[in-house]
Amino acid sequence: MLLIKCPYCEEERPELEFRNAGEAHLVRSPAISEQSDDDFAAFLYFRQNPKGLQFERWRHIHGCGRFFNAVRDSVSDKFLTVYKAGEPRPDVEALLNPEAASVSATAAEPAKKRAPRAKKGEL
Amino acid sequence: MRKYSVFALAREALRAHKGWDQQWTSPEPKSEYDVIIVGAGGHGLATAYYLAKEHGITNVAVLEKGWLGGGNTGRNTTIIRSNYLYDESAGIYEHAVKLWEGLSQDLNYNVMYSARGVMMLAHNIHDVQVFKRHIHANRLNGIDNEWLTPEQVKEFCPPINLSADARYPIIGAALQRRGGTARHDAVAWGYARAAADRGVHIIQNCEVTGIRRAANGAVVGVDTNRGPINAKKVGVVAAGHTSVIMNMAGVRMPLESYPLQALVSEPVKPLIPCVIMSNTVHAYISQSDKGEMVIGAGTDQYTSYSQTGGLHIINHTLDAICEMFPVLTRLKMLRSWGGIVDVTPDRSPILAKTPVPGLYVNCGWGTGGFKATPGSGNVFAHTIARDEPHRINAPFTIERFTTGRLIDEAAAAAVAH
Repeated sequence: MLLIKCPYCEEERPELEFRNAGEAHLVRSPAISEQSDDDFAAFLYFRQNPKGLQFERWRHIHGCGRFFNAVRDSVSDKFLTVYKAGEPRPDVEALLNPEAASVSATAAEPAKKRAPRAKKGEL
Repeated sequence: MRKYSVFALAREALRAHKGWDQQWTSPEPKSEYDVIIVGAGGHGLATAYYLAKEHGITNVAVLEKGWLGGGNTGRNTTIIRSNYLYDESAGIYEHAVKLWEGLSQDLNYNVMYSARGVMMLAHNIHDVQVFKRHIHANRLNGIDNEWLTPEQVKEFCPPINLSADARYPIIGAALQRRGGTARHDAVAWGYARAAADRGVHIIQNCEVTGIRRAANGAVVGVDTNRGPINAKKVGVVAAGHTSVIMNMAGVRMPLESYPLQALVSEPVKPLIPCVIMSNTVHAYISQSDKGEMVIGAGTDQYTSYSQTGGLHIINHTLDAICEMFPVLTRLKMLRSWGGIVDVTPDRSPILAKTPVPGLYVNCGWGTGGFKATPGSGNVFAHTIARDEPHRINAPFTIERFTTGRLIDEAAAAAVAH
């Protein structure tokens, strides 16, 4: 079972409280009667279904009841982040490599983090 | 290929079984084939077999990124039936059941097709109405399916619990007597052996990494981790990974890939004589010839390629199984696993040409593709060989999601099936 963080309730809750609502950021055309059949089919049925990071909607149905979006790896099922409905897509690159993205981080910092892990390995 | 027979068995029994041939070879890929099939599951191998047998196209390669029959072919609960509501579905699934009936003889390989009957339980008034509608629709299509009263259900499957205070009361069932099970691995192995005997190359550990196209857009071959291979026709039969492969050709599909789980118990004496399905509570059970209870669950709610799912899904199914068969309550479960199933919006498959010339796709079988293996391979081979669909698979296009002419078994069954 997945452990999912609701960005409104700001806590991790078991998957049973949530309902998956498919691919995120699908926008219904404001002029739907003028849309071609192909465009409408793409909106209604055709999906990216990526192997890797994907943007998806969830609803905290047995909690606050609100929709939100998430970035999840469809191979490991691990969540990268969650964000509120209406917010733009997060910068996935920055989330994956926080050190590279943050200019202020010093080069020594990752090495410092690694040091205690090496010690554990020796013990 | 040396024919399997009782005489071959007797001869080898006297020779310490040292004379059996390899069932198929593992050739190095050639630089060019007439047809490449992506995916060596049951459907892909069946396609290659019928290409060779019925259309005389033997210069065929079946590329498999893992091992033959190691995906959903080896992970399903082996249920076979054809009692679908719509004419189009009845056509393709019944075509498959008719091929199942003669498949062991055709392949000279015992696929252990056992027409032990598939009983679909009705737990509420809605189920009763839906199943009776199915029975009448099936009758018009010449497919056997009959209504059973609770007493007849008990007679057909004695260990079932009919008590009035059951959590999921059983108020009847639909029974297809020609439905049943087959040995899933034997299906893959039998098709592989028979196809390889006709000259088809089965190339395992060969992952397709790209689809090569000419300037005019037509397919000219594939890239693999073992180098490029040319072919004018490529058939994609990649189940849960169809979206990934089709994306290499720039074609987006109306598919989502979900985990589907199954599990088996320790082996016990023969107890359950048929296949029991309950769409309403997502419980599917039969007993294998080894004696294991083979149990299928529903899909997880989220898309995934992880080949694993949540324990609560299995738990929910076992709750229902224990309610229906209290005698199984103390049974130990041995193994559980997951497969990735590609689901279409209308829960009907796609067997069709694609917008890319020379590229064909057979996908979208969702949670119930095993039963269709022979029929699917048979008509898909026709589609590739003639560059036009067989009468049976003509309705199963990608374009139906644009025109709106769906084959809506999702609505008909009110469940993935």
